Amino acid sequence: MRPAGGAKESDEIVKTLDGNEAAASVAYRASEVIAIYPITPSSPMGELSDMWAVERRANLWGNVPDVVEMQSEGGAAGAMHGALQGGAMTTTFTASQGLLLMIPNMYKIAGELTAFCMHVAARALATHALSIFGDHSDVMAVRQTGFALLCSNSVQEAHDLACVAHAATLRARVPFLHFFDGFRTSHEVAKIAVLDDDDLRFLIDDALVAAHRGRGLTPDRPVLRGAAQNPDTFFQAREACNRFYDECPAIVQAAMDRFAERTGRHYGLFEYAGHPEAERVIVVMGSGAETVQETVEWLAARGEKVGLVKVRLFRPFSTAHFLKSLPPTLRAIAVLDRTKEPGAIGEPLYLDVVTALHERADIERPRVVGGRYGLSSKEFTPAMVKAVLDELARDTPKNHFTIGIRDDVTHTSLAIDDSFEIEHPDVFGAVFYGLGSDGTVGANKNSIKIIGEGTDNFAQGYFVYDSKKSGAMTVSHLRFGPRPIRTPFLVHHARFVACHQWQFVDRLDVLERAAPGAVFLLNAPYPADVVWQHLPREVQTAIVDKRLQLFVIDAYAVARDAGLGVRINTIMQTCFFAISGVMPRDEAIAEIKAAIEKTYGKRGPAVVKQNFAAVDRALEHLHQVEVPAAVSATRLRPPLVPSDAPDFVQRLTAVMLADKGDALPVSAFPVDGTWPLGTARWEKRNLAAEIPIWDLDTCIQCNQCALVCPHAAIRAKVYDPAHLSSAPHGFRSTAYRAPDHKDLAYTIQVAPEDCTGCYLCVEVCPAKNKSNPRRKAINMEPQPDHRDVERESYRFFLELPEIDRTAFTRLDAKSTQLLEPLFEYSGACAGCGETPYVKLLTQLFGDRLLIANATGCSSIYGGNLPTTPYTTNRDGRGPAWSNSLFEDNAEFGFGMRLAVDAQRTHALALLKQLASRIGESIVDELASADQHGEAGVCAQRERVRVLRDRLAAIDTPPARTLDALADYLVRKSVWLVGGDGWAYDIGYGGLDHVMSQNRDVNVLVLDTEVYSNTGGQQSKATPRGAAAKFATAGKEIGKKDLGLEMMSYGHVYVARVAFGARVNQVVQALAEADAYPGPSIVIAYSPCVAHGYDLRYGVSQQQLAVDSGVWPLYRFDPRRIEEGKPPLALDSAAPKRPVRDYMRNEMRFRMVAKIDPKRYAAMVAAAQEDATKRVAIYQQLAGLSVPPTTTGKKEDA
Amino acid sequence: MMDLSTQYLGFRLPHPLIAGASPLSANLDSVRRLEDAGAAAIVLNSLFEEELESEQLAAHYSLETPAESFAEAQTYLPSPTDLSFGPEEYLDHLHAVKTAVDVPVFGSLNGTTAGGWLDYACLIAQAGADAIELNVYRVVTDARESAAEIEDATVAMVHKVAAELNVPVAIKLSPFYSALPHFAARLDRAGAKSLVLFNRFYQPDIDVEQLEVTPTLHLSDSSELLLRVHWLAILSGQISASLAVSGGVHCGVDAIKSVMAGAHAVQMVSALLRNGPEHVRTVREEMVRWMEEHEYESLAQMHGSMNFLRCPNPSGLERTNYIHILRSWDTLGRTA
Repeated sequence: MRPAGGAKESDEIVKTLDGNEAAASVAYRASEVIAIYPITPSSPMGELSDMWAVERRANLWGNVPDVVEMQSEGGAAGAMHGALQGGAMTTTFTASQGLLLMIPNMYKIAGELTAFCMHVAARALATHALSIFGDHSDVMAVRQTGFALLCSNSVQEAHDLACVAHAATLRARVPFLHFFDGFRTSHEVAKIAVLDDDDLRFLIDDALVAAHRGRGLTPDRPVLRGAAQNPDTFFQAREACNRFYDECPAIVQAAMDRFAERTGRHYGLFEYAGHPEAERVIVVMGSGAETVQETVEWLAARGEKVGLVKVRLFRPFSTAHFLKSLPPTLRAIAVLDRTKEPGAIGEPLYLDVVTALHERADIERPRVVGGRYGLSSKEFTPAMVKAVLDELARDTPKNHFTIGIRDDVTHTSLAIDDSFEIEHPDVFGAVFYGLGSDGTVGANKNSIKIIGEGTDNFAQGYFVYDSKKSGAMTVSHLRFGPRPIRTPFLVHHARFVACHQWQFVDRLDVLERAAPGAVFLLNAPYPADVVWQHLPREVQTAIVDKRLQLFVIDAYAVARDAGLGVRINTIMQTCFFAISGVMPRDEAIAEIKAAIEKTYGKRGPAVVKQNFAAVDRALEHLHQVEVPAAVSATRLRPPLVPSDAPDFVQRLTAVMLADKGDALPVSAFPVDGTWPLGTARWEKRNLAAEIPIWDLDTCIQCNQCALVCPHAAIRAKVYDPAHLSSAPHGFRSTAYRAPDHKDLAYTIQVAPEDCTGCYLCVEVCPAKNKSNPRRKAINMEPQPDHRDVERESYRFFLELPEIDRTAFTRLDAKSTQLLEPLFEYSGACAGCGETPYVKLLTQLFGDRLLIANATGCSSIYGGNLPTTPYTTNRDGRGPAWSNSLFEDNAEFGFGMRLAVDAQRTHALALLKQLASRIGESIVDELASADQHGEAGVCAQRERVRVLRDRLAAIDTPPARTLDALADYLVRKSVWLVGGDGWAYDIGYGGLDHVMSQNRDVNVLVLDTEVYSNTGGQQSKATPRGAAAKFATAGKEIGKKDLGLEMMSYGHVYVARVAFGARVNQVVQALAEADAYPGPSIVIAYSPCVAHGYDLRYGVSQQQLAVDSGVWPLYRFDPRRIEEGKPPLALDSAAPKRPVRDYMRNEMRFRMVAKIDPKRYAAMVAAAQEDATKRVAIYQQLAGLSVPPTTTGKKEDA
Repeated sequence: MMDLSTQYLGFRLPHPLIAGASPLSANLDSVRRLEDAGAAAIVLNSLFEEELESEQLAAHYSLETPAESFAEAQTYLPSPTDLSFGPEEYLDHLHAVKTAVDVPVFGSLNGTTAGGWLDYACLIAQAGADAIELNVYRVVTDARESAAEIEDATVAMVHKVAAELNVPVAIKLSPFYSALPHFAARLDRAGAKSLVLFNRFYQPDIDVEQLEVTPTLHLSDSSELLLRVHWLAILSGQISASLAVSGGVHCGVDAIKSVMAGAHAVQMVSALLRNGPEHVRTVREEMVRWMEEHEYESLAQMHGSMNFLRCPNPSGLERTNYIHILRSWDTLGRTA
């Protein structure tokens, strides 16, 4: 790490940071304009830049860069193109689909030979499925744009080569895309040497900066750029840039050399490592190169003639530099691509290598094979490198292979010897299993900082998350050692394993990664002397066989005593330092306390005090367990899914749930990304410490609890009491009290293993016990005490028949909750404010529902495998769901409508054609029956059944076609679902266009007023005064009134709803939107963790939003115009509470007060004005009648 | 011109009427109006340590709990390094008020911990408060906690804060002490420069429809003054700390009663909330008019004139109201 040349006078500064911060810290300082749009995994680069700008950190020229969040990556690209044309030093950060949206501008920026550097956390592109994880699919999709592509393989390189790229582009005038592997590098925390401003100034030539500025457009030196050219000149002019590309590689190498002169860290365009007489060489770029280097050096040290070429500058590809990097002894090359190009001869890097070798006829050509590895952050390990090298040693090595998977279909994969390991004895590996909510990852990042910055050791941390938002499991992989750590793969032989959650011992093989003799720290709810007898046999066996040292602590008890709730991070971190031996114990404890003071000092003394207490108490409650010589448990780890689960769930879902998805072969998977519904029900996560238990004597049967439950984990059912004869012990039932349903039984039932324990149901319950009002009709009680009884009760409850959907004359909040939800047990956050709407949608229209879902929270909890919450009813019907992209959801759903209509039209035509044989009357009814309402739909289904019966007797092709299309005669409800990021920002143009078409589509905007899924960036829905990322000081501008904009069309049904305020109005709005024959939009207030309060109070906060005029409720129905009524009906009363009362309950607002009290006061006043004006406008509109339409009336679809 | 001047908390005030802690002092405009109306000093509303700490913890958990649990979002809210959950909002406001007006500005603090009392009092003093009112009222619900323990802790706290601060310290008391004079004397010795009688506080009501306990706080009226006048009269002359009345002063006569009972300062809250800041001027004018009508020369002349040591019938202050009425009935009966 030390500079060899000593050119830099000051001492090297080391820091622990992740790849995103490493790159952003350079980009920020080298830029004046930063135009971004959030996208995983690059978002932190933009967020850090924004935070630094808020903190008024200066760039290299003493100014604070202008950090601007745009409405999409397309918008960001346009802004950066403009800023570049204006002569500003400009950058951006993006990934994946975001990069694709920038392509048009990238061509322009390159075509105009613009000095520019952007940074990409390379990520998979959505194909058969979306993936947020890393590979090179995105950067390979822009290799033709004319950008230089420079690749970093590690956190240190992400920092260093960011600087090289910013420097080189100024001289080369070729724009640069600097990239590194998403997650594996962008999110890996490592100890690196950081560049100070003088280092950057040493590399970035101010004369070239001036030249860049000088090329900027200005009326003082006017030129024209961006002209159109014709066949006579375009071609030649296009070739005019060639010499810049020819010179670019040498310029980059020169910049690298100058960098080395300054820092002592040497880089090459293509860099060889390994045996000097290597015969087998791997060519690779990205973090995988680090793994290959570790492996070939390990093998070379043992005499194997192997090596690698690390590709850093992929574009412009310098054949000369590449060939020069190859050892003369070379006989075979394997080129590894981290992307897939279906149908191509080979992947891009492979093709370039082949071409480069082919173009040099004067050398003896080695054998070249290509292979794919590491798609979507698939692990890439030394064993896989060894397998590739072994393959190269064969006479006819496999070409176009895959490594890291088992392809049992087209047999591309290479076999791997999993026993091959190269972990170094001086590296301390540790693995921690935790929950997202318990703070494990944060504590581990802190530990890395303590060790990395407090000792001479190097440190590395990588964090694996599951796909859930509530109860998400995290696995932290930490390494510490005396040498730089170059192992970008998970820890396989951990000397320390911590399991921060007792329930994991029954769900996962938490000791799989434990090395023999390792220390095992377990958070157990049992005293040390009895914990052994509670462990399943598998865990006891691993402890005994591997001779592990077992330590236990009841961290939740300690946390409770310290007032920390479920935050056990500090406690477990203290235990780690106390028993792992990575640092002297006392020194480490002092460092933890110093870190607490530093991290939490500004949060206030209460926070610091609590955490200090936790540290002290942790040590008192940590105990070593004497491990018996033999295994005594007879209890085995229970199966993850019950034996009655469907075959698909057993074969795939269960394996993925067990964290063994890597072992599934290609043949196990659907070929086109099509998955069955109803899989979330098999994933019993047992997250809640406490669950709601029903007190039937107190209950008033309002069903509010079922309605607000984000996870459909508490349900209501009405049924014939005769069924109770087979009810299990403990099942509770009472007489149903409703005038229109006599002699029925009623039950409120919790799904004990699916509840997340969010308390929302208890908060909303209005019924109190008259003798002890502290108790309600549902009360939270310890889950373990009730689990067995409630599990059996719930099983019985699900088997009870569903109510006849046609039994209700009018659907309201209460009656809808007696309808079966076809959206259940999602992985959404505990207390999520979106999912109650989605659930309600499925209760109302689930059996005829098509959902186009914009990317975002709702697509993640809706469609992130291994399971999906969407499910089917007993007839096998349920929501058909798909996600296209973030930006196109309105158009995507619109297309679904067109398809439904096309097939219905076809069916109607066939009906007409076959009418004489089917029967005229039923054909008439099928074509024109009113299907609004359950009874109508039910009757139509019956007609379709009769139709099919009659078609069976008609043996003609049209009859067969009609038989296939007959279900389209039943009305379908097409819903376009997404968040405000989609509807207000990136998808707004499409949404606007779709709403302008008079087709029967329904839009549900789950308005959390922020980009929730990517971590709380502001959208145009963010209200004035709310702090969000890119609006840290509180959003300056008021929220866009999307509803009012949509009303301006006149033909669009618009509703604004909040389930916590007026549930019946929500039901009414959704039903009206569905029934409305044209476009409808329902904008739904959705509390979110990004609002910064305990979401158990989400319902009362919604009420406050309505009562203060922040969120007036209304329904704008163009049909009312025909009745001579005002189309807008205001459903909420005049404001009766000040907006201040609403704002002071949420941290997103209060944060502004903490940063700048005066600004907060001004924001409160402005927000009050906003609300007053908003309500005034609606009140006026609600009194406004407009003349009925006389032309172009829409027919009912 | 009538001399209404008085000494309170080490300040010579032109008259005893000061604006007590209320929402009026939370707003710069109304603070200026208070000064314009002639308020002799302004007491800011209290900084509540408990409230501050609960907000700190709520803020901390609202930021931390969802963080680092999902691959796409490491956090959900921005967390700039200058974001602090300390008392800055209060201190900034204090500073702004101090800058906006020329009259003395007193900070007010309700602490919960020994460290909190001291730390926050120091911060309030550093932010420019001319004096600090320590609002020591709290609801004791623990049957194991004795009156002696509570009083000892309060005295120790006052001693520590008064010794540390270079601005005067007032103690705002509740009426619920078994031996208020003894306790007041201990506070006096501990360094309190003034005692404020008494705190008015939220009282829980029961909502019989919703089966909820609802905190209520009604604006005071003159009837509440009697309790305060009673205890002012008892303490006046017995302790060296100056005295202020708080609660129930609505008109000039209320203020005069308070001064006669021994108050050096008269805090007004409900009357100002009801009638606006300008009501300070009205009450002052009423005082002057009354004093002129009754030929008083100065406020000092009437100060403490009706306290326990000087009033003509001190037994009226010692006995309970019940006995007094009983005796009156007896007298009336004989006369009849």
